[in-house]
Amino acid sequence: MLLAARHCAGSENPGIVSKTLSIALSKGRILEHTLPLLAGAGIRPTEDASTTRKLRVDTDDPSVKILLVRASDVPAYVQYGGADVGITGKDILLEHTGGGIYEPLDLGISRCRLVLAGKPGADQKTGSRLRVATKYPLVTRDYFARRGQQVEVIKLYGSMELAPLVGMADLIVDITDTGSTLKANGLDVLAPIAEISSRLIVNKASMKMKHERIHALIADLRKTLLDSTENE
Amino acid sequence: MTNERWLLPSGMDEMLPEQAIVRERLRREIFDLHVRWGYLPVHPPFVEYLESLLTAAGQDSDRQTFRVADPVSGRMLGVRADMTPQVARIDAHQLATDQVSRLFYTGTVIRALGERQGGHRSPLQLGAELFGHKGCDSDIEIIRLMLATLSAAGIDEPYLDLGHVGVFRSFCSRLKLEPHDENELFEILQRKAETDLHQAATAMGISSDHADKLKILCSLHGGAEVLEHAHAVLDASRHPEIAAALVELREIGAAIESSIGVSRLHFDLAELRGYQYHNGVVFAAYVAGSGSEIARGGRYDDVGAAFGRARAATGYSTDLKALMRLSRYAAHQSSRDAILAPVDNTSSLQHKVAELRAAGETVITDLEHRSSHDRCNRILVNKAGDWTVETL
Repeated sequence: MLLAARHCAGSENPGIVSKTLSIALSKGRILEHTLPLLAGAGIRPTEDASTTRKLRVDTDDPSVKILLVRASDVPAYVQYGGADVGITGKDILLEHTGGGIYEPLDLGISRCRLVLAGKPGADQKTGSRLRVATKYPLVTRDYFARRGQQVEVIKLYGSMELAPLVGMADLIVDITDTGSTLKANGLDVLAPIAEISSRLIVNKASMKMKHERIHALIADLRKTLLDSTENE
Repeated sequence: MTNERWLLPSGMDEMLPEQAIVRERLRREIFDLHVRWGYLPVHPPFVEYLESLLTAAGQDSDRQTFRVADPVSGRMLGVRADMTPQVARIDAHQLATDQVSRLFYTGTVIRALGERQGGHRSPLQLGAELFGHKGCDSDIEIIRLMLATLSAAGIDEPYLDLGHVGVFRSFCSRLKLEPHDENELFEILQRKAETDLHQAATAMGISSDHADKLKILCSLHGGAEVLEHAHAVLDASRHPEIAAALVELREIGAAIESSIGVSRLHFDLAELRGYQYHNGVVFAAYVAGSGSEIARGGRYDDVGAAFGRARAATGYSTDLKALMRLSRYAAHQSSRDAILAPVDNTSSLQHKVAELRAAGETVITDLEHRSSHDRCNRILVNKAGDWTVETL
């Protein structure tokens, strides 16, 4: 039904479809860092995006809508064309296996590191298979495969630091900014895995069909980023 | 325990009458279209020896192919994940002609892993291949046929994306990349992740000049102006392979522009769909309402060599089920348009029924003796020995 309705809109008035732009964002840190960048590109939400309960928010530009989704869902929204573009962390993208999206711009915001952490020396343990708690099972498996180690991955959704404390896991793979949560729980960074920052992602079909619009958005964001680094 | 015997494996689907009718109508329409374009149908088998299926195909087909053991020969069989290599085999070995051959096909293929996570695994592949002609004219014919197919399927105003694997290949041969590095750069290029590409290229010891050019490749997409821009920034005058690719793209673009409209034509020099398999121009069609391409194709010269004859080849393929989801015909509800006939074996009624069916009417026998039927809007009644059709 939804598809039929959307298709009808497309066939009756393709102009509208090709001129609108939907941007998937997630509430929290990324949103806070992203809104000034979007403002630089002339896109401002008409209401406070961080407090609204609405999931689709209008902007000053009637043809641009902001969709507020869960951070880990941003790639799926963009891949399936629910949103034309999105902004999400590289950590989420590393875990996304579906493909079908472009990552044309590193926004350099919401920077942090994806690291292997644990009690000092925990990753040197031999004799039994290491257990690793993480929100990022694919990245974790790949990382240890490159190290030539087979590990047991325990998928968790948050508070990874607890797992080694209660003996559930030997190590964790998680993102860290200042490292203070790790330290507070007696864990050290044992190895860096990847540098993380937010990326602009674009649906493949949208990039082809709305290329002028999206090229302009990328150029505006690039310019805002350049200006802000010059001012620093 | 609940009974879940009706449940289908993930990604497998079936069609109920309403969809099956639309599917068959579309298939017939498209079949006739291809015949009118001079293409001949072929029906390769659903299952073949694994090595025949995989010789001519890339790594992607390897991962996507279901395997079963053949109890008769003891050899491994594969369920086709793509019909193109099968058609290439037919052209190279079975037909063995030096003339141009034009073939088309429709059939279910099984994609073991699905197109994307959770995606469907049993597309109804439909496509056409043109063998034995090298040059843009055959690519143009295939692209036009693809656009005509979309139009026949009730899909309007598609966008066409044109690319060429020759540009990236030229880089790879110049940089003498290891296959592993080439794959990594290819994978990053498919995401247009400029920063990652530059980092990876630097880590591979590629000079910063070349790394910059690879990075530029990510942004070489847009209207026809991209080709001019590419000629300058990629130094095409010094690299004949790149110059040749750009000339081909320009020629194909100019020919297609008139049928599709300049605003619906897009060039993308980093789009390398089926890179392991294609060796010339590649293309795809996009349409509003679908977040991914709906039809694709390109040049794959000499794939038939694995079957004994290297031939120039170009073709396109699409998924009929995906077309159905986007087709304006699919929205067409099955209307009440049939005639109800009483249960009566007299020759006068049987003769009348045969006559109506021959004229294209649907006639349903009233087995339930209800004198009404949810698909019938008319009924046959005996008026003084004469069978006449009356409105219900």
